Amino acid sequence: MTTRTIAVISAGLSQPSSTRLLADRLAEATVARLKMQDIEVQLDVIELRDVAQDVTNNLLLGFPSPKLDAVIEKVRGADGLIAVTPIFTTSYSGLFKSFFDILDPQALVAMPVLLGATGGTERHSLALDYAMRPMFTYLHAVAVPTSVFAASADWGSGEGGVKALSDRIVRGATELADLVATSDRSGLVRDPFALDASFSPVGGFGAQ
Amino acid sequence: MQFGIFSVGDVTTDPTTGRTPTEHERIKDILTIAQKVEEVGLDVFATGEHHNPPFIPSSPTTLLGYIAARTERIILSTSTTLITTSDPVKIAEDFATLQHISDGRVDVMMGRGNTGPVYPWFGKDIRQGIPLALENYNLLHRLWREDFVDWEGQFRTPLQGFQSTPRPLDDVPPFVWHGSIRSPEIAEQAAYYGDGFFANNIFWPKEHYMQLIRLYRQRFEHYGHGTADQAIVGLGGQAFMRTNSQDAVNEFRPYFDNAPVYGHGPSLEDFTEQTPLTVGSPQQVIDRYASMREYFGDYQRQLFLVDHAGLPLKTVLEQLDILGGEVVPALRKEFATNRPAQVPDAPTHASLVAQRAEIVKAGN
Repeated sequence: MTTRTIAVISAGLSQPSSTRLLADRLAEATVARLKMQDIEVQLDVIELRDVAQDVTNNLLLGFPSPKLDAVIEKVRGADGLIAVTPIFTTSYSGLFKSFFDILDPQALVAMPVLLGATGGTERHSLALDYAMRPMFTYLHAVAVPTSVFAASADWGSGEGGVKALSDRIVRGATELADLVATSDRSGLVRDPFALDASFSPVGGFGAQ
Repeated sequence: MQFGIFSVGDVTTDPTTGRTPTEHERIKDILTIAQKVEEVGLDVFATGEHHNPPFIPSSPTTLLGYIAARTERIILSTSTTLITTSDPVKIAEDFATLQHISDGRVDVMMGRGNTGPVYPWFGKDIRQGIPLALENYNLLHRLWREDFVDWEGQFRTPLQGFQSTPRPLDDVPPFVWHGSIRSPEIAEQAAYYGDGFFANNIFWPKEHYMQLIRLYRQRFEHYGHGTADQAIVGLGGQAFMRTNSQDAVNEFRPYFDNAPVYGHGPSLEDFTEQTPLTVGSPQQVIDRYASMREYFGDYQRQLFLVDHAGLPLKTVLEQLDILGGEVVPALRKEFATNRPAQVPDAPTHASLVAQRAEIVKAGN
């Protein structure tokens, strides 16, 4: 049986959080889909709130704490990524963006990504396409066409011909699963003599 | 093994008193600190170069010229000299002059600067940072070694039969270090010329700098200047010491918590664990820095950052007393133990003059 790893990032701040709930649903659906192809999945679920201070310190200092470094390595070496953020003030949360700011700009090249977001009402759903998707495009990740927005009301509706949240989750998860099935990122051997990401001559923060 | 200090030259409010020194006070303090370096038996004083507030050392050879007149023994150096945005002709002239004034007690560390806008302020493009460092240093290297230079490059007016004056003291140019915190190209450059390489080793985990030093040593050997363990390596470091380690922690914490670089970020405890900053008793500092050669190999120069973050002059002078009185004598012993015979000391003017005499003799 083949194995793939998927990193799941949730930028929800409260516990329990509906952002984490959506992340878990997306992960479950992706795992189920891959299982149908006889592929075992190792999930690494990352709550950014657990490393929020480490992320801030990395912004100030330019290097990650050992705890944050372990998280970054999990994300970088995964075959696929599920990234879910609450929408705050018309965009992804600051914590979510800060995490991607401290990654090496090359870290997510060709990474299959399923985007998810949560918000109070569906009026914020386009933030997925005008804010979140361009960021992953900049990072040269491969974001699947379907992204999943869950407004508070979505957790209790679906009648009247509107595509239910669960339908959207399955569609996005299927698109991600198809890419993860052929992804070989986690099997790539990193050149042990390569200089690490911080050796960018133009500095960090993707300042090219 | 050489020990000394390197000063950033920041004017920072003392967080415990709320008082900010004037530029005049800070400049005078730095001159006092440099003289104390000689008094306590250290070997090197190096100053940074900055062209923006809150820093004062925009004119390093002016500072070092004064210090040269007030000292007799210590080596005067920089940390760093901006090879990217300064005219290499002026660098050649300034440091050759300083060499004569100080009777050879000078070396230079090349760097690219830590402030993005310094490039446009001097009419340069930051995206050309590495090419500027390479081309400018190549010209500087020739100006100190060839009496008349014909030169044409990408970044500076061509020169025809140009002679920089004065010529280096005894026809021996100042020894050059190249400082870099992230550019393998600079490690390569240092290796190519057989110059020294310095890793500031203060703000990031040592593992980061270990990679740069390893690369430099490999390439030093590749270019035929000696074996990898004969490459000339310098390291930065920072420490704050009191007889009782808890006193050091208590006294330094407000300076750490409000420091320009790491303040308002990680805890003092996390930062001292993750980087070479050591706050505690002199013995703790000795233990921490005696272990550095296990990670970087036997090296030639250790510089400490001691005057920063608003620490008052009195405290800085006390730190120098502890460094010179307890820490450095112990480290000298530690570093001398089991040091392989082929590992050289850092070049000095005297050793370079002797080396040159050997070459001339062999040539005759």
